[in-house]
Amino acid sequence: MDLKIRDLHKDYGQFPALNGVSLDIRSGELIALLGPSGSGKTTLLRAIAGLEIPERGQILFGDEDALSKSVQERNVGFVFQHYALFRHMKVFDNIAFGLRVRGRARRPAEAEIAKKVRELLDLVQLSGLEARYPAQLSGGQRQRVALARALAIEPQVLLLDEPFGALDAQVRKELRRWLRAIHDETGHTTVFVTHDQDEALELADRVAVLNKGNIEQVGTPDDVYDRPETPFVYAFIGDSTSLPVTIEQGRALFEGSPLPIGAVDSPDGPSRIHIRPQDVTLANPDDAAVHGEIIGLRRSGAHRRADVCVGKARSRIEALLSPETDVSVGERVGLAFKGFAAYPQDPTPPKLGLARAA
Amino acid sequence: MADAAPPSSPTSESPAARLALIAVAVIFLGFFLFLPLIAVFTEALRNGVGAYLAAFDDPDTISAIKLTVLVAAIAVPLNLVFGLAASWAIAKFEFKGKSLLLTLIDLPFSVSPVVSGMCYVLLFGGQGYFGKWLQSHDLQIIFALPGIVLATVFVTFPFVARELIPLMQEQGTSEEEAALSLGARGFRTFWSVTLPNVRWALLYGVLLCNARAMGEFGAVSVVSGHLRGLTNTVPLQVEILYNDYNFVAAFAVASVLAGLGLVTLAIKTGLEWRYGDEISAAHRR
Repeated sequence: MDLKIRDLHKDYGQFPALNGVSLDIRSGELIALLGPSGSGKTTLLRAIAGLEIPERGQILFGDEDALSKSVQERNVGFVFQHYALFRHMKVFDNIAFGLRVRGRARRPAEAEIAKKVRELLDLVQLSGLEARYPAQLSGGQRQRVALARALAIEPQVLLLDEPFGALDAQVRKELRRWLRAIHDETGHTTVFVTHDQDEALELADRVAVLNKGNIEQVGTPDDVYDRPETPFVYAFIGDSTSLPVTIEQGRALFEGSPLPIGAVDSPDGPSRIHIRPQDVTLANPDDAAVHGEIIGLRRSGAHRRADVCVGKARSRIEALLSPETDVSVGERVGLAFKGFAAYPQDPTPPKLGLARAA
Repeated sequence: MADAAPPSSPTSESPAARLALIAVAVIFLGFFLFLPLIAVFTEALRNGVGAYLAAFDDPDTISAIKLTVLVAAIAVPLNLVFGLAASWAIAKFEFKGKSLLLTLIDLPFSVSPVVSGMCYVLLFGGQGYFGKWLQSHDLQIIFALPGIVLATVFVTFPFVARELIPLMQEQGTSEEEAALSLGARGFRTFWSVTLPNVRWALLYGVLLCNARAMGEFGAVSVVSGHLRGLTNTVPLQVEILYNDYNFVAAFAVASVLAGLGLVTLAIKTGLEWRYGDEISAAHRR
């Protein structure tokens, strides 16, 4: 079942939650909606499910107009961030719910329902826990029950809203791999919402990056990471800092001196170049066009991160160094850039929204 | 206080302070709850079981008990339906006038029951706004069963809704959304998801509502007219017997009401004990 979303608009009072979103979701793919809080990703997911009614636009399930159907008729499996398991029902009854509420004509016999529930319990590796109440399960187990419950109705599309958001880091990683395995096994078209770029890049076939109710870019994890189309995507996916420059005939000038980074494909005028920390190397401060003072050093996993203040405006550039690098706070260093990105009409630093406000 | 044992945790007090606080609570409870309760039963049984039972041979008392049960049987289901509907609307939906509705539900708590009784007299009494019309259609509301029911419904209006609203608000709407996404229709969702999630609070609200409906004095006193054997409810009958210096009978009838309160508590405790798992599950996520 492929999904087509055309020019979807949704307003909450004054600010637009969806500002003309269009997206094609291919049959059988696992696609992530990635963005900061308030980017509209959850609204989009809920609109697909029928839990939000958009003001304008079109949602097609295959060739059928989904907007003319109620949430019940859309046959979607929805997994909520906080599980939303029926707390007064045992695990078994939770999973069976979607089959039991069907009209008499479409409702399987109770024996068949029981068989189906056991299959699903097996799939989500919770066999033996069918008589528990949700309150007696761990967070990871509850989320797996929620997934089994959604899968029970054989949904046309599976929608997951921050499915691992409420879990701790170890369980998250494990469930991530497991969800991928389930997806490959069942082949459902799956859309999931996340604000965690690692989760999106690791799990999804394609990633749609949302910002302020707009889709900034849709592509494979490699596309959005290696070839970000907008400054927002560059800044949101992976780490980066940026430097104000002036473009003159394809050359980037930083406070009057040209940067030795090759040609910049941007129109003349004030602009920015964006640099990933791993593309920054240290150089002799007397030779480098960009030089400044180290104002902070932090250990981060296998690396050391340095914050360097450069230029008159004291722009902050982050560099990823090997831990052996012999530098100290207060030291003057020069910076060289192995790679960068520049975008037309990009004079101000990107705002990453609430989730990653920094 | 060098000799005082260190408190077992930073939030606990010294043993002396704890003892004092517990003593205050126990003495308070004793004076204001247990002592009156014991007094009711002691006074009722002062002249022996025979005299106690004789109090219930009075046809006026029997009729008062019947009337009270009838009034509660009408008022409680009405407020059950209303309380469910109102709390469902308030907790699960956004609409204009929501805070006004909440305030209105609380009105019976803030208005003296006597005042509410007076309002009904003013509206439906012989000299009231609708009095003429009602008389010409041969309808009697004040000094009759309908008036007593109206007054009782008004006074017990908030009990069910007030129990349900906080719980429903805390539970949110995601379980309902899950049910809808799984294909359940509106009524099925209400019946299988919303209602079971609040059933203990609902039962508790109904028990409280019932106890208050049977025990209401002020509002009912104004609208009933105190016609012996006709419009006297149990609390009114207690007052009449007491004013007649018939203390044993008065306390005997009062013990029925007190007993109702105890039964209510016993049922509630029993349910919590029997369905402890599910009740605690309903309060956790």
